[in-house]
Amino acid sequence: MQIFTCPFCGPRDEREFHFAAEAGKTRPDTTGEVSAETWATYLHAQRNDKGRTREVWMHLPCAELFLMERDSVTMEVFSTQSLRKAPQ
Amino acid sequence: MTLRLPTGGLIDRSKPLHFTFDGKPFQGYAGDTLASALLASGPRILGRSFKYHRPRGLWGAWVDEPNAIMSVTLQGRTFPNCLATTTYLEDGMEARAVNAWPSAQFDIKSGLDLFHRWFAAGFYYKTFMWPDWHLFEPMIRRMAGLGHVSPQHLDDYSSDQTHERCDTLVIGGGPAGLAAAEAAAQSGQNTLLVDDHATLGGTAHQLPEIDATPTPDWIAARRSAIEAAGGRILTATTAVGIYDHNLVGLAQSGPFGTAPRLIRLRAGRIILATGAIDRPLTFANNDRPGVMALAAAAEYLARYATLPGRDIALLANTPEADTIAAQLTQAGATITRIDPAQNPLSARGGKRLTALQAGDRTHPADTILASGGLTPLVHLWRHAGGKLDWCEARNAFLPGTPPQNMTAAGAANGTFDTDQALEEARATGQNAPIKRPAPTHRITPHWPTPGSPGRQWIDFQHDVTLKDVELAARENYTSVEHLKRYTTLGMASDQGKTSNMPGLAAMAAIQGRPIPEIGTTTFRPPFVPVPIEMYHGPHSKQLWNPLKRLPLEPQHRTANAALGDYGGWLRPGWYGTGDPETRAQSEARMARDTAAIFDASPLGKIEIMGPDAEAFVNFIYYNTIATLKPGKIRYGFMLTEGGAVFDDGVIARLDANRFVISCSSSHVDSVRTHLEAWRQDGNDPDRIFIHDTTQHWATLTVTGPKARQILDTLDLDTDLPHMSLRETEWRDTPLRLARVSFTGDTSFELSLRASHAPALWDALTQAAKPLNAGPIGVEALSILRAEKGFLMIGKDTDGETMPHDLGFPAPRQKKTTPFVGDRSLHTDKANAPDRKQLVGLTVPSGTPPLPTGAHLVTEDAPPRSLGYVTSSYHSPTLGRPIALALVANGTDRIGDTVTAWHLGETRQVTISPPCALDPEGDRLDA
Amino acid sequence: MTRYSALSLFREGLRGHKGWSQAWRSPKPKPEYDAIVIGGGGHGLATAYYLAKNHKITNVAVLEKGWLGGGNTGRNTTVIRSNYFYPESAALYDFGVKLYEGLSRDLNYNVMFSQRGMIVTAHSDHDMEMAARQTNAMRLNGVDAELLDRDQVLKRIPLANTRPDCRHPIHGGVLQPRAGTGRHDAVAWGFARAADTRGVDIIQNCEVTGVITEAGRCVGVETSLGPIRAGVLGAATAGHSSVIASMAGIDLPITSYALQAFVSEPLKPVMDTVWLAPPFGTYFSQSDKGGLVIGGGLDRVPSYGQRGNLPMQETVLAGLAEMVPALAKVKLLRHWAGIVDVTPDSSPIIGPSGLNGLYLNCGWGTGGFKSIPAGGWLLAHLMATGAHHDLSRPFDLARFPTGHLIDEGAASCIAH
Repeated sequence: MQIFTCPFCGPRDEREFHFAAEAGKTRPDTTGEVSAETWATYLHAQRNDKGRTREVWMHLPCAELFLMERDSVTMEVFSTQSLRKAPQ
Repeated sequence: MTLRLPTGGLIDRSKPLHFTFDGKPFQGYAGDTLASALLASGPRILGRSFKYHRPRGLWGAWVDEPNAIMSVTLQGRTFPNCLATTTYLEDGMEARAVNAWPSAQFDIKSGLDLFHRWFAAGFYYKTFMWPDWHLFEPMIRRMAGLGHVSPQHLDDYSSDQTHERCDTLVIGGGPAGLAAAEAAAQSGQNTLLVDDHATLGGTAHQLPEIDATPTPDWIAARRSAIEAAGGRILTATTAVGIYDHNLVGLAQSGPFGTAPRLIRLRAGRIILATGAIDRPLTFANNDRPGVMALAAAAEYLARYATLPGRDIALLANTPEADTIAAQLTQAGATITRIDPAQNPLSARGGKRLTALQAGDRTHPADTILASGGLTPLVHLWRHAGGKLDWCEARNAFLPGTPPQNMTAAGAANGTFDTDQALEEARATGQNAPIKRPAPTHRITPHWPTPGSPGRQWIDFQHDVTLKDVELAARENYTSVEHLKRYTTLGMASDQGKTSNMPGLAAMAAIQGRPIPEIGTTTFRPPFVPVPIEMYHGPHSKQLWNPLKRLPLEPQHRTANAALGDYGGWLRPGWYGTGDPETRAQSEARMARDTAAIFDASPLGKIEIMGPDAEAFVNFIYYNTIATLKPGKIRYGFMLTEGGAVFDDGVIARLDANRFVISCSSSHVDSVRTHLEAWRQDGNDPDRIFIHDTTQHWATLTVTGPKARQILDTLDLDTDLPHMSLRETEWRDTPLRLARVSFTGDTSFELSLRASHAPALWDALTQAAKPLNAGPIGVEALSILRAEKGFLMIGKDTDGETMPHDLGFPAPRQKKTTPFVGDRSLHTDKANAPDRKQLVGLTVPSGTPPLPTGAHLVTEDAPPRSLGYVTSSYHSPTLGRPIALALVANGTDRIGDTVTAWHLGETRQVTISPPCALDPEGDRLDA
Repeated sequence: MTRYSALSLFREGLRGHKGWSQAWRSPKPKPEYDAIVIGGGGHGLATAYYLAKNHKITNVAVLEKGWLGGGNTGRNTTVIRSNYFYPESAALYDFGVKLYEGLSRDLNYNVMFSQRGMIVTAHSDHDMEMAARQTNAMRLNGVDAELLDRDQVLKRIPLANTRPDCRHPIHGGVLQPRAGTGRHDAVAWGFARAADTRGVDIIQNCEVTGVITEAGRCVGVETSLGPIRAGVLGAATAGHSSVIASMAGIDLPITSYALQAFVSEPLKPVMDTVWLAPPFGTYFSQSDKGGLVIGGGLDRVPSYGQRGNLPMQETVLAGLAEMVPALAKVKLLRHWAGIVDVTPDSSPIIGPSGLNGLYLNCGWGTGGFKSIPAGGWLLAHLMATGAHHDLSRPFDLARFPTGHLIDEGAASCIAH
């Protein structure tokens, strides 16, 4: 049972979290032409890094998405941070 | 002849306990283990080995015992594979050696040993191939295995599961552990000490005094000091595994026959003080009953006041050997010290040991105590990812580079000298660890000698001998993992606690490589076998996956509903008693003839609000929602980004910035997650808000030709066009009245706060009665909606279904704004001509309904699947069977006759539009 | 090489097993081979064997970073089955089962394929409808299948939970009689020995650290033992496929997860078949040695750490105790984890990698063991001919842009 720190709720049991996606994916603008390859890359391609990773997770009880940096081998968590922009 | 001493030990001689072993009566004392009581009472053969059925006695005194494995019955409850050395004796126990019949003493399969030469390591890989493995396998399966599992289900055999935390966890309550825990607690750390024995002290009991204090007093003083400083102590508690982020699994044992408690402990740091075990010496017939670990003999003497035998040959050269020999002598045993370096060594005797042959000399003995040196118990260190270093002086793997927040102290760290261990432990406890003290003694290695004569056991339980290791090396199974798997060395129920070191040392010797180059196999949890129940606990029966309950459940029960699991909700399947199918048919008929009331409360009711809500729902839905006017309702699909239909339902617009979406009752949680993920990804989450009110609001549907009449009696204004809604009040509570129809008849959905649902239910059902209308369950509704060709997600769709397969092609072609899954609707697969589309199926009147799950097939030989029946019922309204199906290119096949195929039987069916009843929709406003 | 048989075993027994030869050699790598297979697990070794046997390409090296068979081949729960819904999957996996049926004699190594059947139980009326859909699909795919009612399931699994308080009572199930279990290590060793006999060099403790490309073509690999060149390369590295692919600059549609497995202490026979109960998320069988071999779902945290965590252990083992309450008192002996390569549709990737000269066999996720002979056969075909075998074509990477996913989870009640 790993402990992840939700930026809003604090440290919680891994069972409360859902792995959403690798960080850094941008949805192609589908109002324009999107090639099958571009779309497939967006949908399916994964870096699947061994070692340090940047991922988007959801804390299910509060439903907030956040960014987590962790190590996929040692399971060490380096940081979690909110996806929300800082107030202007 | 008893080997029990008149005084001493930790046993309570005032509490004699009676038990049987292999049917014979014996007596022991409170504080005994099954093993110590048997050892004291005389029987030597306590088990049989796995493969050769060799007679076996005790090697160890605790978790490292490989031989004495028993089925134990107490109060009519039988537990298989109990280790005699860790099973505390209770009055009335009936123990039986496993893998032996009729008894360990006279085992009918003992003759197998005569054929041992053909049962060498891996023999089964080389034969049993002709004519077929299946010919031999049943016999081999019967021969294998240890205990029998009784088919009993023990009702009260249930584990507690708790959570704990501490700053410092000390594992092991021997001298080092006690000292470390005391130092930790006194320096202000929240400290927990666990020890797997029922009595604290570990190997301290073998010492007459510690720190110039009599040992019992010393232990008591440490206990008091720990507790006085706020520390906690758990005995009979084993740390079975260490997992990520310093989570420790603790198994806390209770009386025999109860399931251990699982304590999920989060420790700030861990001090490993698990001690060390003796490793066997490898010599001919070293598996004979009477060959015992030196440390085990010391334990039997100290804890249980039992001698291992009378005439003892002692084969060891560790410093501990002198002390133990003196103690045994003092207790009345005759000790002959023999240098283990003598060659060759061989145990003499069969079922009973008679002598030790050392070189030319025969030393009569009933017991051989052997030690090849101490092996630190580093299992947990390895679970946590710590490294091991080889120490030549100690001839052992010691804790090396530590895992995060873990240190080792005492014998577990290779510090075998008690004074040094105490110093090291105290420093570690104070969080000021010192360098590992230099060993006080350099032990002479006594590893297996390749090529030496005789059968020399490496793994006792699994009958792996030195020759098997030599064979593995000859065949190039030289990696330590290959060695283990090929010979099964270390795979027995002791998981190699005794066999791993001799095994890899043998391989090192055969190959002429240093031991550390061979390495160890992976240490895996659990440290000792633990009952599966420990992981189960309260997650049982209905709590395995608790059903969601309706606010109207009491009303449904009063109405004699048959409640069942529908999508994780406990819902009425039908009302009344009798054949379910008949009930469903008559309820469906009633709904068409008069009216029906249906509890639709599990339907998802998720509100989406905020200035960007319109754009958001327009993006989330396949259908265009932006054009929906306030007060109006639209049916739509949510898709995955892969384009598959994820959920369907109606979306109602309450005002410009507020929507209520309904979703399938079993999908509410996943829809909410889906919505939240998109809300926060690319949107301003402060301009869109999502509120799931599913369980706050109840929904009752009134449907049928007389639905209006029922609502009229409640003074509700039913002047509402189809697919629209009104926010109103009923008995001073807010009520949402919506006109949507899942039956094809005039239907109203009434949603209100769950607390008011019983009043509404009562009012509706009372109003329905005079009209011969009443409640219907899920089964009838399933028929009604199928008559209309209305689909159910997950039943009439699969994970590949796209909206244009369901007769909703327009947004795919025309919607200009982006939406989830949009691009995926234009892949090669999405455009394929053979997509499975939702259609109806017609079979002649008078024939039975098609089996749901039947396939539609081509006329090829053999036939190929075109699709399958997803819903099938007898329609009481039409008086004939109806069905829905997903069929390749189904829409274009409407009117065609195809073959339905079910378990080899075929029928002819005609493909028809999905809607079988009232395709013009006249009933909607009838 | 000594041929294995009852006779040779008898003869060697008489002379102390002194005459057995090495099961495989431990050669030093040559600077260049006709073909290199990256990954010395079951799939890699099978690829090498079929390159030699089917295509007469024997100047082959298998590069293994640890010990052969030490990845998922030696960590799985040994289930072999082809109870699949889509024709493409059924054809692929049943090809695997058929190869397994003749494998012991083909390799002259007893892999102990034990066709004790596999039952996937149904626990509701809806499940029974899905079970019928599944059974019919399997039969139409040419795979053996039987639709069982509750009594028929209980006859085969007498210890199954029949208590009235069971949350998910058994309604029936789907049986594949030809499914079963095999001895996982023996599969790796059998292929290794047979490949070695045909001249293949199996190089253990040789880690691939990079790919060598010339003019846009993969011509070899950098390894911990130096560069090794080859005419054609194939990768069969399961959970580490993304690591190898990234050396070639390719992001695969793969996420790696830890999959745990469990074994109990040995028991006298109590369970004669393989049983998966989807609502409990657990399946198990009993090995010939007597241990219950138990598996379940993935740990939900993407991982390369070859160890499991407590939450999924609790889920899987609690599931077992619900399936068979009498087994709650049985003791767990050991649990471990492997790293599995999961694709979006949980179907494998077999085909060109996108870099000329490098072919892939990966993405088997939790189902790699049963496909070892098939995966090896098909990768060997690709490497030898440069073209797809009919069975592997649907599993090309091209299915992702075209949308032709083969998602068994989407279609059937069979869990992966």
